[in-house]
Amino acid sequence: MGALGTGALAWYVPAVDLHRERSLISVVPNGGNYEVFNIGLPGDRILVGLPNDDSTLPADLAWPGDEYLPGLQAEIFKLRDKNNAVVGVASRLASAGEPTGPFIEWIVHLPARGTLYVNMDITPDDEGLRAGAVRAGTNDFATLTGTMSERLVTDVGEESEGNKRIELKTFLVGQLGEEE
Amino acid sequence: MKYFLSLFAGIAIGAAVFMVGLYYNPFQGQPAVSPLAVTDQRIIELSFSGVPADALLYTDHGESWVEPHPDRVAELWEPAVADTRLTVTMLEDARGKVAGLGIKFLTASEATNVINGEALADSIWHVYLPGQGTFMIDQTENYWTYIRDVVVPARWSSGDSWRGSFHGILTSGPGSLGTARVSGGSGLFANLSSEAVESVTARAYSAVTGPVSMTGSLAIALPQPTMASE
Repeated sequence: MGALGTGALAWYVPAVDLHRERSLISVVPNGGNYEVFNIGLPGDRILVGLPNDDSTLPADLAWPGDEYLPGLQAEIFKLRDKNNAVVGVASRLASAGEPTGPFIEWIVHLPARGTLYVNMDITPDDEGLRAGAVRAGTNDFATLTGTMSERLVTDVGEESEGNKRIELKTFLVGQLGEEE
Repeated sequence: MKYFLSLFAGIAIGAAVFMVGLYYNPFQGQPAVSPLAVTDQRIIELSFSGVPADALLYTDHGESWVEPHPDRVAELWEPAVADTRLTVTMLEDARGKVAGLGIKFLTASEATNVINGEALADSIWHVYLPGQGTFMIDQTENYWTYIRDVVVPARWSSGDSWRGSFHGILTSGPGSLGTARVSGGSGLFANLSSEAVESVTARAYSAVTGPVSMTGSLAIALPQPTMASE
């Protein structure tokens, strides 16, 4: 009975049960959906690695800088939904002087949902908004295609005066024959 | 009372027998040879230290036996990310020279099933190789044999440690042959779609502080013969 009970327990009770925040997705009229994520600055920064710069984060980070990663700007953040709940983590790599061409790219990792890999345009538009294309997705995002934009926002208001955040906005649609 | 104790003892012994059977099940195992070993594609070999203290940055929910570092690094204590570990490490090529930077997000998988010998985790590598470009590797990893052959013996040891030689293939999917998926992002890797395999070689492990001597390796298949410096 003990062996059977333990077996049943191991079979039916999940060993891992990931926490899920409610997805705050908006449906757009032409199909697909969009979702907004925010990164509070500086509070949501986990890592900042810059070339030739002492302002790395955490302060004790032994960032190799120009010795091994010339020109690379690496950042890792916590990611929040519209309700300000942390829903994932994201990495951003950028380099303007890369011999094979400049790049800016994000990996957005939402543990209970999946991951998006996004290649951004190098030049933002006049309003400071930079667009990018989803290169690949995993799990819930595996069959979706679309775009993502990033922009730096400075909040204006009595309580949030001067607060800065990075706003990421994803627009995703299912591939033909798929439902998003 | 006597019958209750007998029942309790029977249940406990049955549970123990089940656990021992699970642990010593000879039918549960992972391949020791990489699925890419017989490929005719070119392979990039990238290695890294599997010891968290050797990484540039390691963080998790802050309550595991592996200490986040460097000091004052943000911990992933929020419920949605509490099962995720973040490692930032330098990658070395086959000659032992620095080849680039790797950022790894590893999250415990809900598909974990101990009866089937599956201690699964979904992981993402964000890789930058200077002068070559960037790519993402997404994979499912199975830590069952690592836990069975390294972690559990360390915990059972009176010295809270394990020493020996362990080599295992961690990648178990999503590719049909148990390979990871590679998506190129920029530079020479732009638009690349390929496969990869992650393996681990461990020589010492502490039940108190985690891996003491461990090396990880990423083998990445390159369809294009023009890519450099593998």
